[in-house]
Amino acid sequence: MSSQAGSENENNGEHLPTVREGGEGGVAVEEHDPFANPGLPPHEPRKQDIDERAAKRSERTVSLLFTVSMLATVGFIASFVAIDVDKIVYIFPLGHISALNFALGVTLGLALFCIGAGAIHWSRTLMSDVEIVQERHPIEATPETKTLVKSEWRQGTEESQIGSRKIIRRTLLGALTLVPLSGIVLLRDLGPLPETKLRHTMWGKGKLLINMNTDEPLRPADITVGSLSFAKPEGLEDGDHDFNKEIAKAALMLVRIHPGDIKDAESASWGHEGILAFSKICTHVGCPVSLYEQQTHHVLCPCHQSTFDLSDGARVLFGPAGHPLPQLKITVNDEGYLYALGDFDEPVGPSFWERG
Amino acid sequence: MSTTTTDARRNPPGRGERFADWTDSRLGLHGAGRKNLRKVFPDHWSFMLGEIAMYTFLIVLLTGVYLTLFFKPSMAEMTYHGSYAPMNGVRMTEAYASTLDISFDVRGGLLIRQIHHWSALIFIAAMATHMMRVFFTGAFRKPREVNWIFGFTLLVLGCIAGFTGYSLPDDLLSGTGVRFMEGATLATPVIGTYLAFFLWGGEFPGTDIIPRFFAVHVLLVPGIMLGLFVLHIILVFYHKHTQYAGSGKTEENVVGMPFMPVYVAKAGGFFFLIFGVITVIAGLFTINPVWDLGPYRPDMVSTGAQPDWYMGWTEGLIRFMPGWEWVIPGGYTINFGVFIPLTLVGVVPIMMMAYPFFESWVTGDRREHHILDRPRNVPTRTGFGVAWLTLVFVLLTAGGNDLWATHFHLSINTITWTVRIAFFVAPVLAFWITRRICLGLQRRDREKILHGRETGIIKRLPHGEFIEVHEPLSQDELHKLTAHDQYAPLELGPSVDDNGVVRKQSPVQKLRARLSQGYFGEAGQIPKPTRREYEEITSGHGHH
Repeated sequence: MSSQAGSENENNGEHLPTVREGGEGGVAVEEHDPFANPGLPPHEPRKQDIDERAAKRSERTVSLLFTVSMLATVGFIASFVAIDVDKIVYIFPLGHISALNFALGVTLGLALFCIGAGAIHWSRTLMSDVEIVQERHPIEATPETKTLVKSEWRQGTEESQIGSRKIIRRTLLGALTLVPLSGIVLLRDLGPLPETKLRHTMWGKGKLLINMNTDEPLRPADITVGSLSFAKPEGLEDGDHDFNKEIAKAALMLVRIHPGDIKDAESASWGHEGILAFSKICTHVGCPVSLYEQQTHHVLCPCHQSTFDLSDGARVLFGPAGHPLPQLKITVNDEGYLYALGDFDEPVGPSFWERG
Repeated sequence: MSTTTTDARRNPPGRGERFADWTDSRLGLHGAGRKNLRKVFPDHWSFMLGEIAMYTFLIVLLTGVYLTLFFKPSMAEMTYHGSYAPMNGVRMTEAYASTLDISFDVRGGLLIRQIHHWSALIFIAAMATHMMRVFFTGAFRKPREVNWIFGFTLLVLGCIAGFTGYSLPDDLLSGTGVRFMEGATLATPVIGTYLAFFLWGGEFPGTDIIPRFFAVHVLLVPGIMLGLFVLHIILVFYHKHTQYAGSGKTEENVVGMPFMPVYVAKAGGFFFLIFGVITVIAGLFTINPVWDLGPYRPDMVSTGAQPDWYMGWTEGLIRFMPGWEWVIPGGYTINFGVFIPLTLVGVVPIMMMAYPFFESWVTGDRREHHILDRPRNVPTRTGFGVAWLTLVFVLLTAGGNDLWATHFHLSINTITWTVRIAFFVAPVLAFWITRRICLGLQRRDREKILHGRETGIIKRLPHGEFIEVHEPLSQDELHKLTAHDQYAPLELGPSVDDNGVVRKQSPVQKLRARLSQGYFGEAGQIPKPTRREYEEITSGHGHH
């Protein structure tokens, strides 16, 4: 783009304003120009410049501010020593807050603020406020410097003979191109390869559905119409070292819908007497879907508001999710507990390139 | 111009002076001092925004170092037995537990943590407003384009530092943000799955992401930012600061107060002022109470989850996007619903970064600019800026669509659809309205120059007519209102030359001419009064 612009700029200088308006700071222009720069106005003294009593007042204000700062620092140290770290106080309108945090914040804040306020008041009232004019100089170098630097650069490259010794130039380029590869290779062990890890969860044939809250296996009677229950697979305990990794894929939510209200026949056949088990992990970017509307059997993800219809195979009704929540096939064993008939038949959670 | 000083105190060569000579003979300090000690900086409230950014950055660095002394960037699990009773016996990562320790056991730890978070928010807000000031006044023009890029990069890095920083406590809210990042990474076509596994060290959440974010947050990003920040400041010194047009101010000078002593006191004092204000805020107002939310668990979430404000617009992109997901032949999935927002997160800022080069291509102006524009005098640029801001605000609204819905009892679907339409319509409207307002203000300036200021004094003439007395402007005001350059729009010329030969006009040239017409044509600016117009009107006495 820049070379393009460069070639085109040659012929269109005429649309630029040729003369800068204004003239040199205050230098009179030949004929009277009503818009000319009138030049720097004369300095108007402040009260402190002419009245020593006003200046003294400013001096006292500044030193008072610095003194308050010193006292505040003493207050900070005193609060640090005296106030218990877990003491809670009620301060209107802030509510119940940590007494120590309040005291330290106010004293340190005051100590810092007063230094700042003092310094600024000092600079505004007592330090000279006579405006100074400094000339600017062009950012670019003079033509002589430019020529000199360019010729020195040329001399340097010529002395190196990089231009004439082709084989050196090419092998150097090759070496410099290859050497960063080592750095990239070193990144390989940042993590394992994905393989099929995203396609499997802990669920499998025969795994009981364990109530997330009670840690007890779930029976159909535990799932009532109008409520949302959460389950994890049998064998996953809260203290397990890979609990978070497994629950991030295996988290399950259960609803009971009157069989007549289930619109999707296949979805109904995957449940048990209207009890349907869906992945709790949103197919958008993986937040746990958790807001349930009991009348419509819609669930909403609180992160990005994707809405799924659990009575219709968890179809996406609204929002940024791209596909339905995967459903887990469940049934009841001889002892009357709900269990899974296998793993999810598609990957749970957000979609990915190889998902298919 | 003279650099007169009123200071006539004679200093006997004291210990300080001898120390200065000692350092000078080793570091060459006097040479640097000669250039910079009495360096002039112009004064204007809008130049303070960058200062706020600079000081909050320093505060963030200072408090951040303190926090690293206590924070444990580890995802090893443990059972909490600290002094915060509600979490007693809860399993959590060491990162979360050490954040609780900083908040409840380390005396002053909560204060420093809150200063750190509050200043980070203010830092990014200050960078954003500073950038707006630079944009709307055209301070990015030659020779400052490179510094614009440095500043832009600092803003982007600031957001990355912010995101990686608020993810570190590993609480329920921040963990949800990290989960979102993982989902977004997975949506990258072709390499997304591998990228996610390499970044997280395996499956989500794993045990690597917090230590890795920690390295990025305390070492990589701040290191680069510190370097860019120093370069940014060096260039401000080297270029000398821009100034607004006014009496005595030209493109060739800089008018203001000297660095020593006025700005040492004023700017140095301002650092303490800001530090003090933020400290009081941190003492009074709780920010990010991670103890309320509990440790992160992938199967739990809180409602009303919001990122820090500067990530809100990216949240908006991800929320209002329709869930487009295609399975392409070969059995591969493209998740446009996440991938398009992800691309826009890159494209929207880059448009901003590239603007100085776009504008200089349209104007073809190669001169240095040190006098700032009034935003009204460049309506098209101002329009672009406001359109861009509007886009960001629309996205911020989208990012908080659940809060809008719950607080104002609105339908989330209606809000989302409104935002989807507004995303395309609002910036165009904002551009158009802004340009009209700018042109209106230019007309008013023209009117003021030619006819003077309305005084509000009504005079009755002998023959009974009422007029309002207009007071002519002072020369200072006349100069300020007319100091700006006005470009003539670029003309393409006839497509056939005098001899009937077709002149080649590339589409690029045509585009450039059209843009130039848009910027500087009749609809793009109001011609400022000429000297003749002024004299014709002011020489005739009476009213018009």
